[in-house]
Amino acid sequence: MKQALVDRIKNDPDYIRLVSERSRFAWILTIIMLVIYFGFVLVIAFDPSFLGTPLFKGSVTTIGIPIGVGVILSAFILTGIYVRRANGEFDELTRRIKEKAKEA
Amino acid sequence: MRALLFLLLASAGIFAGEALTGAVEKQPLNMSAIIMFVIFVGATLGITYWAAKRTKTAKDFYTAGGGITGFQNGMAIAGDYMSAASFLGISALVYSKGYDGLIYSIGFLVGWPIILFMVAERLRNLGKYTFADVASYRLKQTPIRTLAAFGSIATVILYLIAQMVGAGKLIQLLFGLDYEIAVVLVGVLMILYVTFGGMLATTWVQIIKAFLLLSGATFMAIAVMAHYNFNFETLFATAVQMKDLTIMEPGALISDPISAISLGVALMFGTAGLPHILMRFFTVSDAKEARKSVFYATGFIGYFYILTFIIGFGAIVMVFNNPQYLDLAKQAIDGGSPILGGDNMAAIHLSHAVGGDFFLGFISAVAFATILAVVSGLTLAGASAISHDLYASVIRKGKTDGLMEMKVSKVATVVLGIIAIFLGITFEDQNIAFMVGLAFAIAASANFPILFLSMYWSKLTTRGALLGGSLGLLTAAVLVILGPTVWVDVLKNAEAIFPYKYPALFSVSAAFIGIWFFSITDKSESAKQEKEAFEAQYIRSQTGIGAEGASEH
Repeated sequence: MKQALVDRIKNDPDYIRLVSERSRFAWILTIIMLVIYFGFVLVIAFDPSFLGTPLFKGSVTTIGIPIGVGVILSAFILTGIYVRRANGEFDELTRRIKEKAKEA
Repeated sequence: MRALLFLLLASAGIFAGEALTGAVEKQPLNMSAIIMFVIFVGATLGITYWAAKRTKTAKDFYTAGGGITGFQNGMAIAGDYMSAASFLGISALVYSKGYDGLIYSIGFLVGWPIILFMVAERLRNLGKYTFADVASYRLKQTPIRTLAAFGSIATVILYLIAQMVGAGKLIQLLFGLDYEIAVVLVGVLMILYVTFGGMLATTWVQIIKAFLLLSGATFMAIAVMAHYNFNFETLFATAVQMKDLTIMEPGALISDPISAISLGVALMFGTAGLPHILMRFFTVSDAKEARKSVFYATGFIGYFYILTFIIGFGAIVMVFNNPQYLDLAKQAIDGGSPILGGDNMAAIHLSHAVGGDFFLGFISAVAFATILAVVSGLTLAGASAISHDLYASVIRKGKTDGLMEMKVSKVATVVLGIIAIFLGITFEDQNIAFMVGLAFAIAASANFPILFLSMYWSKLTTRGALLGGSLGLLTAAVLVILGPTVWVDVLKNAEAIFPYKYPALFSVSAAFIGIWFFSITDKSESAKQEKEAFEAQYIRSQTGIGAEGASEH
């Protein structure tokens, strides 16, 4: 990539917006996933019996089952949230940046 | 037989689910399974023939021409991840320990969202055939590619040994054939798929297998749930009656916070550093498809883990204490309720309990096909590191053409296949449970930090990546050797020098700190140029402008 092109893209407001919005979004989702998973792991390490609490009075099913399945679902849902926004908003910004880069 | 599970839990901990180990007894010949496996092999060889005609250039060979869709790639990634050992091992863990099996599988899943948010798109925008393309993008080719190739090959070989030994054990259990037959058969078929069909055949073999495995597991889970009117409380209550209440809560799998976090680090960053997984991101056309791949893969893998959880509980209620599957000879000696072939056969017996002989044959054939598909992907990744990184970039300094590179890759495939057969037979009676753990540790401590920082940190220099990455690799290897899985279980010492089974927390930290320190203290002229080159790399990683195979070309 030539330096002139680098400088032009670097100062393109669409590019600045894409980079800052996407980075922020990706980091937020990453942190949510890390908190969910390591929170789960730390409960197992420090208070495993909490996950053994019956889900309702007299049930064999424990709180741990919906929580565990919930962690699995959260991973899927978080990827879905990211892909949805990236395939729409972020790809539209990328398309505009590319077009402007080609014109010049 | 009990040794199988004992090793799975005691010495190997979490990674043993990826490596079936311990002694097994040969079972009677299973004809329906063999016939169905032969059909699978016939179909996949047909695909290889079709793929071979479409594999003309190096790009076709390494990345299936970049024409795989996000959905197909997601299925293939899921296939790479759902190995026979994870199907049989996780369901066996649920069968024997209940809730711990769920904890185990969750650890393997949560790396995927992180890969999507942090790595997938940039990888696609920057790379061509291997992750070393990205790691060495603005750094010196020779040292960085050599280190990355070394990390890839080490990961691939360790993983291959575990899979080959697993194949040998499985064929004795499932088909009633000899160990060596399985290892040679897997080696030869894998060489055929990869050398003739390249990435296109490897991907389709993986997709078909993933489809068969998901269908079979879905059928089993539904059959179990139908038995209990789709009421989980009834299923769990029956299982608890068979065993006891401890199966509904965390057991002994994770004991202290350091091990727990270290394991999490290994699984998360290790997944993001596995060469055969990273390579799949180059088979799609652009960042959009790369993203979709991870979305589908996460869905399939998560769904699969929920199924194995139900299957494990299904085995508790339908296989445990069922006289049909009880190993009477073993019971007479050891007591308890051992099942024929050991706990890893829980899912296999369940398939018989819900679907009779025909379905048992189907699931057995799928389990074996799974190993075949996984080793093919591994070998292709290893061969690419040899041909694309070592031969084309390091030895020939980029002065070679794609056809020659492809030839080297095919030769490398054959050599890797022969090495895998040889090592598979050598390690038959060895304790290899630590190998997958070591593979993950190396992937997390050497491959991942270099890859991640090359994309995110402008001040990374060749010296930092080389020294820090080597430090991570060495720390991981040394700590695994000094830890309980090798020092105590393999070398038979009384006490481990390094107390934790999973070194990733320490070795990944060592790698990041090493890379940081040796980069910021690097005042050379080339370091200055490398830092300046970051800007252009960053723009390409964000937008895909100039990327290989991007739509505007």
